[in-house]
Amino acid sequence: MKSAVIVFPGSNRERDMLYALEKITGEKPIAVWHTETELSKVDLVVLPGGFSYGDYLRTGAIAARAAIMDDLRKKADQGVHVLGVCNGFQILCEAGLLPGILVRNSHLKFVCRNVKLEVANANTDFTRKYAQGQVWRCPVAHGDGNYFTDAETLARIEGENRVVFRYAEGTNPNGSLNDIAGIINERGNVMGLMPHPENEIEPLNGGTEGRNLFESVLEAVA
Amino acid sequence: MKARIKVMLKNGVLDPQGKAIEGALGSLGFAGVASVRQGKLFEVELAETNPAKARAALEEMSKKLLANTVIENYAIELDEK
Repeated sequence: MKSAVIVFPGSNRERDMLYALEKITGEKPIAVWHTETELSKVDLVVLPGGFSYGDYLRTGAIAARAAIMDDLRKKADQGVHVLGVCNGFQILCEAGLLPGILVRNSHLKFVCRNVKLEVANANTDFTRKYAQGQVWRCPVAHGDGNYFTDAETLARIEGENRVVFRYAEGTNPNGSLNDIAGIINERGNVMGLMPHPENEIEPLNGGTEGRNLFESVLEAVA
Repeated sequence: MKARIKVMLKNGVLDPQGKAIEGALGSLGFAGVASVRQGKLFEVELAETNPAKARAALEEMSKKLLANTVIENYAIELDEK
């Protein structure tokens, strides 16, 4: 599987993501600087975590208007798989590729800890390697992870089974609506989540269930 | 032309920063502060001299970048002198 990681000024998890992708897919992913205007032919594009543009204006707001985003939108329309993690999720929301927005954690504190994630929909290209309802440990590190949207949109994404991951067992770290940790677009090829699956891939991380996410995509594009 | 764009959270959207500020005002002894909402103010200088065109451009700027209309409203004030 060919993959690319888009790098913005202020991204800081791109190396973890590049490492995880190479480890799991067996192919070296390419890093793409945000000023480029075209992505090469890849099966998966990842927007990594970090603090693009220092979170100026709103988290992800400036990065969502970067030059590379037009082509990302085009690729997403063509069905290419797109994954946004943490700041990447915020950017996908700001770019309108996913509904809603991530706002300041309700308690105003930055959280850096492990949460329990429940697989709310195991029937997606990003989650088929999980069991429905499976709960796994995953780290989060964010100040703006509080998922918010209007009641109508919330009802729609819930009704369409587009909530992919939820914080489980009372571990919602940010006040997110309906414990939402990750959502997917209507077509099922663009997903965003706040937790960091790329940091839960080796026994040394304390768990390897983050691999399932990447292995699901690997299988989907095979 | 000069303009100001005020961006505020919509009613019903939780504003934890406003709440924290409200609490701090209380601890400073300001009694009777019923609520504080925090927003953003943008001062924009435009080369455009036609007020209608300037307003249209500011609308676009607000919609496309300055405000996220999922959670925020914006109001444009234009100095037409």
